[in-house]
Amino acid sequence: MTIPADLLYTNEHEWVSIEDGLATVGITEYAQNELGDIVFVELPEAGTEVEAMETFGTIEAVKTVADLFSPANGTVEEINTTLEDHPELVNTDPYGEGWMIKIKVREEPEGLLTAKEYKEMIT
Amino acid sequence: MRYTPHTEAEILQMLKVIGLETVDDLFRSIPQQVQQACKLDLPGALSEMEAAELIEDLARSNYDPAGVVSFLGGGAYDHYVPAVVSQLISRSEFYTSYTPYQAEVSQGTLQAIYEYQSLICRLTGMDIANASGYDGASVSADAALMACQIRHGSEVVLISETVNPAYRKVVETYCSSSGHRIVAVPSADGATDSEKLGKLLDGKAACLIVQQPNFFGVVEDIDALGAGAGGAGALFVVVSDPIGLGILKTPGEAGADIAVGEGQAMGVPLSYGGPYLGFFATRDRYKRQLPGRIVGKTEDSRGRAGYVLTLQTREQHIRRERATSNICTNQALIALAATVYMALTGKEGFRKVAGLCLQKAHYLAERIAELPGYSLAFAKKPFFREFVVETPRPPGEIIERMLEKKFLAGIDLGKIDEKLKGKMLVTVTERRTRAQMDSFVEALGGM
Repeated sequence: MTIPADLLYTNEHEWVSIEDGLATVGITEYAQNELGDIVFVELPEAGTEVEAMETFGTIEAVKTVADLFSPANGTVEEINTTLEDHPELVNTDPYGEGWMIKIKVREEPEGLLTAKEYKEMIT
Repeated sequence: MRYTPHTEAEILQMLKVIGLETVDDLFRSIPQQVQQACKLDLPGALSEMEAAELIEDLARSNYDPAGVVSFLGGGAYDHYVPAVVSQLISRSEFYTSYTPYQAEVSQGTLQAIYEYQSLICRLTGMDIANASGYDGASVSADAALMACQIRHGSEVVLISETVNPAYRKVVETYCSSSGHRIVAVPSADGATDSEKLGKLLDGKAACLIVQQPNFFGVVEDIDALGAGAGGAGALFVVVSDPIGLGILKTPGEAGADIAVGEGQAMGVPLSYGGPYLGFFATRDRYKRQLPGRIVGKTEDSRGRAGYVLTLQTREQHIRRERATSNICTNQALIALAATVYMALTGKEGFRKVAGLCLQKAHYLAERIAELPGYSLAFAKKPFFREFVVETPRPPGEIIERMLEKKFLAGIDLGKIDEKLKGKMLVTVTERRTRAQMDSFVEALGGM
């Protein structure tokens, strides 16, 4: 189970990569594995305000729907529109092409887990 | 049909396995005082012969449909039910099966539903249909809720006053706890008042719901209504009559976002009000907000065609309180009846049935209007199958006197709405013959 060391994590299985106040968010390999084949990802529109640990969308597998939680307070800058026609990218490349949204954060997010802490959480 | 009840011995055996002694033991967790309060005071058992006699006696207090000529409508119609329909739905494989929860085992049932969905799409001109809802009223309500979900943030549901009043009540009930306001669009001369509608389309409405033909039988200008709704960002919901779709423009052609309606006219007997059939269709882009069961077609691991329940993540057994509806079943048998009817009648057949309803209704309307004291209430509007007459005497009186002559004359609209006092709704389906209509007019005139 890959858990990239240079990313931060939420206890709801999202990963975050922050650079110059822009946070890229997706779900972890562990999460996509638990969910199974992803068939649909519901993302917010660009410009939507998001709050830390509030839902920003949902992700659907064949027999389940899960909420997606924002790791930070901010505004949605960009969404991964490729997921509309290719939701399976979340399964095949969860840390790369399976990214979901980019948030322009208001302040540095708190309470995120390191790779080590996330690994402990899922074992 | 086979029904094989358990024997006493089998029941005792099963109880033994779970460590109980009597069937009553299964209900031990219900408090004693509640059990006492629920003691039923039933009469003793009847023999089959006695039970049949009792039921037949009760049935005799109703009019034999063959003994009266009906001009009743208002949401339930005396259309012909072909013998083939009854024959096919009586097959035990169809008649006794329930909504398939272990879905993929019931390929026959799923295929039938898939074909029903496909036919509904053709009939309404829409992209995708669900496996059916309960009746015209509940699917209208589900359509309102679906529109509110799609137009998240809009607080108003606009519904024309010309929509069946019973449907409007149900829409109100369904929306009563969703926080949405229902606003009625007034009517003018029997149709939706487009001027008043214009003022109500202020950008806050999630949808506009209209009925075609409307409750009074009047054919609405759905192109204009749809354009108005679309222009104000409201979804356009059209409640259609399936027979009417044999000649009227489809909701799809009129730009509807959601098409719903009552399917009883398609091979479903009147049955004193039900079970009926709610059909529900929409555009592809809204499929994830579509409530109810949806059957999909796919391939198994060997490449053979197979049917499944699909897009189940919309439904409450997965999405729970955020599901678009709490409906988790369909009217399988009734939908099958409608499917047989649609397949049997076909596009040409629908056109013919609709044509007969149109012409016969106009014939009768003209003849009634010739009678002294009678006039058409909305004479300037086009109508299909039903029309409203102004009567010289209270409609209630006329209906009662005509019943003595074995005619079900119509619906006293004043009973539904004070504002419609003195008006009677008369319906003519393809079943009414010229002789029946002429006798009807003669009886009316002779009063």
